[in-house]
Amino acid sequence: MTLSPLPTRPPQAVTEPAVASGPTRPRRSRPGFLREQISGWGMIAPAAALLLLFVFLPAIMGFGLAFTNARLISPRPVEFVGADNFARLFADPTFWRALLNVTYFAVIVVPVQSALALAMALLINKKFRGVNFFRTIYFLPVVTSMVVVSLLWMFMYRREGLINELLSTFSFGLIQGADWLNDPATAMPAIIALSIWQAAGFHMIIWLAGLQSVPGELYEAAQLDGASHWQQFRFVTWPGLKHTRSLVLVTITIQALGLFDQVSVMTQGGPLDSTTTIIYEAVRSGFKQQETSYASAISLVFFVLVLLVSAVQRYLTREKD
Amino acid sequence: MKPTFISTNLTSLGTMAVRILFAAVAVFPIVFMLVSSLKPDQQIFGDMSSVAAFLPIGNISFDNYAAVFDRVPAARFLINSIGVSAVTVVLGIFVNSLCAFALSRMEVRGKRIVFSAILATLIVPFQTLALPLVWWVNQLPYFELDGFSLEFSKGWLDTYQVQIIPFIANAFSIYLYHQYFESIPKELDEAARIDGAGWFKIYRQVVMPLAGPATATVAILTFLPAWNSYLWPLMVVQSEELRPVMIGIQYFFQLNVSWGEVMAYASLITVPVVILFIAFQKSFINSIASSGVKG
Repeated sequence: MTLSPLPTRPPQAVTEPAVASGPTRPRRSRPGFLREQISGWGMIAPAAALLLLFVFLPAIMGFGLAFTNARLISPRPVEFVGADNFARLFADPTFWRALLNVTYFAVIVVPVQSALALAMALLINKKFRGVNFFRTIYFLPVVTSMVVVSLLWMFMYRREGLINELLSTFSFGLIQGADWLNDPATAMPAIIALSIWQAAGFHMIIWLAGLQSVPGELYEAAQLDGASHWQQFRFVTWPGLKHTRSLVLVTITIQALGLFDQVSVMTQGGPLDSTTTIIYEAVRSGFKQQETSYASAISLVFFVLVLLVSAVQRYLTREKD
Repeated sequence: MKPTFISTNLTSLGTMAVRILFAAVAVFPIVFMLVSSLKPDQQIFGDMSSVAAFLPIGNISFDNYAAVFDRVPAARFLINSIGVSAVTVVLGIFVNSLCAFALSRMEVRGKRIVFSAILATLIVPFQTLALPLVWWVNQLPYFELDGFSLEFSKGWLDTYQVQIIPFIANAFSIYLYHQYFESIPKELDEAARIDGAGWFKIYRQVVMPLAGPATATVAILTFLPAWNSYLWPLMVVQSEELRPVMIGIQYFFQLNVSWGEVMAYASLITVPVVILFIAFQKSFINSIASSGVKG
């Protein structure tokens, strides 16, 4: 948009008699219109330029780089190589293993974490003495960085670590703990448990927002009709959370598919690729091996996967009336 | 059927027990971390099988913390993270609120398209952008004043600005401010305009002072990922003197691992965030719960 700072009409106004009868005509002649446009665009510009530079352009570039042989630092010029990167990716068993691992992770984390987060939100929804104390405690793991959490749980998951001691104490010595992170069978379940522990509090807040928006009169009416707690939840709360449900579902799924920090700190994808993930593979090739193009191809596949999964979820949770 | 006095009391007692159980699960690893940071390694392992694991008893000292500062340039990392997070938060609040102000309260041509384009960036996970972004920031020009001459170089890798500038503009912050600004009566703007105030003055003196809760939320939601960032600095920062706190963790696994020191470092980089969160806790949870997302 070209806007002259002079107190005249914008240049395009000259060529605009055809649209002059449009609905925007009266606004145009309002005093201060031009000034409002200039100030407005000036205020939008910094954020818009930054998003353009650091979100839109890299997204487009990633798309383009995936079809080239670009490396992070390379004397050779970048060449177009067609779908070579994708052919290599789909022939790589590690990629399929990563896809399987991420699916396993998401299939457990999405329902369990949403349900626990909802339970937590219901526990602290109504005001009671100490409600703020519990809200803060439940949110505390979210404030703790995933890197610190991974480190801490790595320590707790050792063979003679805290988790095994707790399991043994609470089962009166019946359960002999595993060497959680060094066994291909238990490494992913161990990562799943700590991921739910860390992130449930965040989705609790989203559920809480939904719960607060259900009108209180509905509960009063239900109580007058003699509805039990369960019936109130089933027929008042649950329908009232329709939009929140799909929001929680989509955000947890995207977060689950993007699993990276925990794996990077705790297992580096091992043992035997049992915890490697799509993003971990992308970072491994893009950063450690500096193959920007191959990593971009993985990122692109990941993005398509995220889009597909959220589209399917949107379709399944669409309004059916 | 009417609940009797005793059964209601039993139910609420049961609910409280469940609340406490959840709280215990949420908090036990953090308590374990803080308590272990005060103990020598031998005692950490010795206390593991009893309730002493969660109690600061026995041989308690700050020796681990002293050792952390010997092993890692912890002070440097803390200063880097505080600086990077603070600048990102301050610039983020300014840039995003300014943009949301124009989108919400001014009649700007084409603002609907711009707003939709901004919201569209929410569906792109950062992880998909990270790798092309590394390549891209490595192509960007960089100017530096060296004495009196302007030095020109290519590539932003290994700088402070590469840790700050890409994260200033944020669609979710713009969205939160936009929602909040919509709830402030527009008559205030008109009154100010009649008094001859310009748009920037309305933004600064009328609207922003009323947007405190939105600012608190945006501040926390910008601060947390900035302080916790790990993937990005891992890829773009090589020099030790530019590294943030999360990267410091790698230092503890190079030689013999002392878990007491690891726990001390983990506590050191967690406690400031927890204190900050508790200070802002009320306005944060309330404003997310009310303005963020309606069910």
